[in-house]
Amino acid sequence: MNAMKKTLICAAAALACSAALAEEIRDYRAAAVAMLKRDFKTRGIATADRVIEDGVQAICNRTADNPPKDIVARLEQDALESIRYPADGQFLGDWKEGEKIAQNGRGMAWSDPAGAPGGGSCYNCHQIGPQETSFGTIGTSLYQFGKLRGNTPETQRYVYGRLWNAKAFNLCSAMPRFGHSGALTDQQIRHLIALLLDPQSPVNSK
Amino acid sequence: MKHRLSMLMAATVMAAACAAYAQQPPAKSAITEEFEKFREVLEEDNPAELFEAKGEDIWKHAKGPDGATMAQCDLGLGAGVVKGAYVRMPRYFADVDQVMDAERRVVHCMVKYLGYKEADIRKQPFSNDRVTPDHVSVVTWVAGQSRDMKIAAPRKHPKEIEAYNIGKEIFAYRAGAYDFSCATCHGADGKRIRTQDLPNLRRPEEAIRAYQGWPGYRMTGGFMLTQQWRMNDCFRQQRFPEPTYLSDSITALLTYMTVTANGQVYKGPGIKR
Repeated sequence: MNAMKKTLICAAAALACSAALAEEIRDYRAAAVAMLKRDFKTRGIATADRVIEDGVQAICNRTADNPPKDIVARLEQDALESIRYPADGQFLGDWKEGEKIAQNGRGMAWSDPAGAPGGGSCYNCHQIGPQETSFGTIGTSLYQFGKLRGNTPETQRYVYGRLWNAKAFNLCSAMPRFGHSGALTDQQIRHLIALLLDPQSPVNSK
Repeated sequence: MKHRLSMLMAATVMAAACAAYAQQPPAKSAITEEFEKFREVLEEDNPAELFEAKGEDIWKHAKGPDGATMAQCDLGLGAGVVKGAYVRMPRYFADVDQVMDAERRVVHCMVKYLGYKEADIRKQPFSNDRVTPDHVSVVTWVAGQSRDMKIAAPRKHPKEIEAYNIGKEIFAYRAGAYDFSCATCHGADGKRIRTQDLPNLRRPEEAIRAYQGWPGYRMTGGFMLTQQWRMNDCFRQQRFPEPTYLSDSITALLTYMTVTANGQVYKGPGIKR
């Protein structure tokens, strides 16, 4: 069964669940979605269709980020199967380039130019390198990540997947799906893997 | 006035300093403390007052093509009553049969009574370093007339209740290229982006932080920005498409956030970095 079909079945299941919720709550949600579709317009690269939820977003929105376990398992599996791993099997880029991408908070907004490579906004939410003290706390600390996890091929592959589609590992994660959405290229993801795993990266110093 | 100008110049100097900061963000304490210190000094004689004065002048003296004035404008407390009106919006207005936030209502009145063209206002809804549109000055004055008052946005009329509930849904609605909702950043306690503390806007005592200081005098540039602008920029950073200016979605979101902040004291137009 293809991923789309599975997603649709899950969406139907979630709809059935939400029928148990109070009538007016469903009405407000429907009204909110209709209002957003009416009021939000394409500007630059941010096209109007972005306000339409995809399957994962819809399930998380409808369940306050807490979908039933079986739906979580199936949608995470779908997401996992959708990850496109690099054909050459190379996961490790240049950690110095990775640091630049982690620092860069631009990309995918209507103020960003079309075609220009965006950043990963990583420091917005994560502690990463020891020299950068301006880091956010929405995500976990990634300092010493490679030291703790080891720079094995399995870990490299895992980190690639996590960056490509974080929702494959935690369905309603706050982290964007950088590969899935096209926010980062495969090459940029490789550089970020190096930032996290390369023993030479300051992330793993000392 | 001379004093005001010197303050404005001080603001410009600070703006340059801020721009320098922005290029090379230092550790949290330095930038935050410096800014807070400066803000305390400046807020005693806030450059926003210059825009309040301009807004007051328009409100009291401008005339429409048929001689109408803003004295006919009802901000919810009766025609021409401005004192305390800002902290009691968004609210339902029977004449248009809809809920309006303060900026939306002010623009409505300026179009209706003073002959401003809505299309022109929509062309330049927000300020930049070249121009602060008249309606922004009027909103700033109206806001200043609620200084040190408790926020008391009504939730009685069915349309006010509807706007609140729709706004609550919009707040939690994740979509777009990054899967972000308002709640991604503003739905939990004690989080921050880079060094910026993020208020949990679902909590009444923190919801005030989305309201306080707006309209705000932006030191980097020297112009006024309103809550409508702030919502527009939030959605930009959320990687959403652009919300239409003065749209129902933004009014609903402001209704939810304002009602959540009810009971907190509004300090008037503020200063933003």
